[in-house]
Amino acid sequence: MKQKLEILRSRCVPLPLDNVDTDQIIPARYLKETTREESFFGKHLFQDWRYRPDGTPNPDFVLNNPRYSGEILLAGRNFGSGSSREHAAWAVAGYGFRAVVASSFADIHKQNELNNFVLPVTVPQDFLDKLVALVQEHPETQVEIHLPHQTISVLHVPELQEHFEINAYKKHCFLHGLDDIDYLLTCKNLVEQWEAARG
Amino acid sequence: MSKTLFDKIWDAHVVQSVPEGPDQLYIDRLYCHEVTSPQAFEGLRARGLQVFRPANVVCMPDHNIPTLHQECPIQDPVARTQVETLAANVKEFGLKHFGVMDERSGIIHVVGPERGLTLPGATVVCGDSHTSTHGAMGCVAFGIGTSEVEMVLASGCILQTKPKTMRITVEGELGKGVTAKDVALFLMMKLGTAGATGHFVEYAGSAIRSLTMEGRLTLCNLSIEMGARGGMIAPDQTTFDYLRQCPEAPKGEAWEKALAKWKTLASDPDAHFHREVTFNAAEIPPMVTYGTNPGMGMAVDGHIPQNAPSRPLEYMGFQPGEALLGKPVDYVFVGACTNGRAEDFRAFASLVKGHRKAEGVTVWLVPGSWAVLRQLQQEGVDAILAEAGFALRQPGCSACLAMNEDRVPAGKLCVSTSNRNFEGRQGPGARTILASPLTAAAAAITGTIADPRTFL
Repeated sequence: MKQKLEILRSRCVPLPLDNVDTDQIIPARYLKETTREESFFGKHLFQDWRYRPDGTPNPDFVLNNPRYSGEILLAGRNFGSGSSREHAAWAVAGYGFRAVVASSFADIHKQNELNNFVLPVTVPQDFLDKLVALVQEHPETQVEIHLPHQTISVLHVPELQEHFEINAYKKHCFLHGLDDIDYLLTCKNLVEQWEAARG
Repeated sequence: MSKTLFDKIWDAHVVQSVPEGPDQLYIDRLYCHEVTSPQAFEGLRARGLQVFRPANVVCMPDHNIPTLHQECPIQDPVARTQVETLAANVKEFGLKHFGVMDERSGIIHVVGPERGLTLPGATVVCGDSHTSTHGAMGCVAFGIGTSEVEMVLASGCILQTKPKTMRITVEGELGKGVTAKDVALFLMMKLGTAGATGHFVEYAGSAIRSLTMEGRLTLCNLSIEMGARGGMIAPDQTTFDYLRQCPEAPKGEAWEKALAKWKTLASDPDAHFHREVTFNAAEIPPMVTYGTNPGMGMAVDGHIPQNAPSRPLEYMGFQPGEALLGKPVDYVFVGACTNGRAEDFRAFASLVKGHRKAEGVTVWLVPGSWAVLRQLQQEGVDAILAEAGFALRQPGCSACLAMNEDRVPAGKLCVSTSNRNFEGRQGPGARTILASPLTAAAAAITGTIADPRTFL
């Protein structure tokens, strides 16, 4: 869903695992829907980690831990590897996360997050480790993601701040709530010219 | 200036570079399946758009379809709706469609190359990470999300940041019982599942050149499991001989014209790659995985590393340092876009010939397409299989991701020729060991993890 994002201040949910694949984010059996209903996919975010086989919540999983809440998910290395399913990004968005902070992302999932106005924030591993440790000790920690400045910082710990990369085009899309199709539709004549030149 | 093959194809398709942003890349071929396309078509309707270049789009259902009784309506109502939704969408938007039971249908990544719908030098995308398969034909092929499917439907183009380039060279001769699948599992073990993230891989070297077209498709298929944006192999005589007999490849004068162009598709000798790695083919053994990502691999006769992370081993029910040879197996699955081609079933049949299926093992042999199934029937491979106690099913993605009925029960161990051993991939709680069709065959006749070289 198109949604502007400029400055996000929120608590964080820590899930410091490496190589979290999109089959874990949303298992294949939930991909049979033909709608883009984010709330449906959000309900099943991390289904097999979040719920036991009998359907009861798994108290050991972070999303079921009442200590943690917020719109920022803290992940590990290579978040979103595997299947290209955009349902994973819909699930992350549908649950209510507006940013995922990781030390690296798998390429396709990162693009899927960008296309769904969930901001992927790539930070150095040592910064992420400190942030996760801080949040685990003080779940009330407020983190600010400032898109115009491309910074992520902890509000009461000024030295804990990092710059993150995003290309100017996608930054513009987030700040104004525009998507790639809006842009591409303005370029049709360019495509026709390109096709004609190719012969 | 010298260029890599990837750069040549990519650059030739750039309509424009968005200032301080991605490239607008023209797409020659968009494949759609039933799972990742409905929301894209819905998006077109919501915006009041038509498909910009319908002739570039080919659709077929593959993920949800049963592998028995495809002639009957799909039992699972949600799966049926998804397959019917694709059929309705292609009708509404005027697109090419190979429906269920159509002799041209099967798994997209098997059908595209075998019909000659994927051609050298092209840009190819699909809402499926294993689109990397098509790179074996010498094209730039990569998996995309559903928003991007909508983008290509709406505009014929995609906005994409150009990845870096990486060359993986494998020199020498592959050993007995070592297949393209083992090469890929070996590369993943060495490079890790994020080893090629942000890169587009070109495979090169004598071991790669000597692979058949089927083997190359298997290798490129698994590029995504190293994190690569895609993988490709420069087209050569093997590619051209394969394409010449494909029903939808160019014919006559068009073939000669295309061939002349395809012959120019190679990286320049002094082209620069952002990363280069080289491996010796002789060092690659038949491989299996022991963990819950495809990078957690080992030689079939090896031992699980002592320092293997505990969470995946706990899920698999394995201990650090233990051997897998001799472990009882409950299921064997041969198929998927990774190993669902005729050559894969010939390899399986060659090993099981003269043996019998082991008691207590459930074996699913699922051809990647109807054309593969017909080929196997024509060659009599089905008869060899039947004699050893095996039967071929109808084509589809099947137990690779268990969206249909072919699901491995919780706690059961499956030797699988598919591409992912993630937790729950083949069904909630299912335990997957990735391997080649030969290693799968050895498991099918012994009922255990076994070294295929023993039977060759």
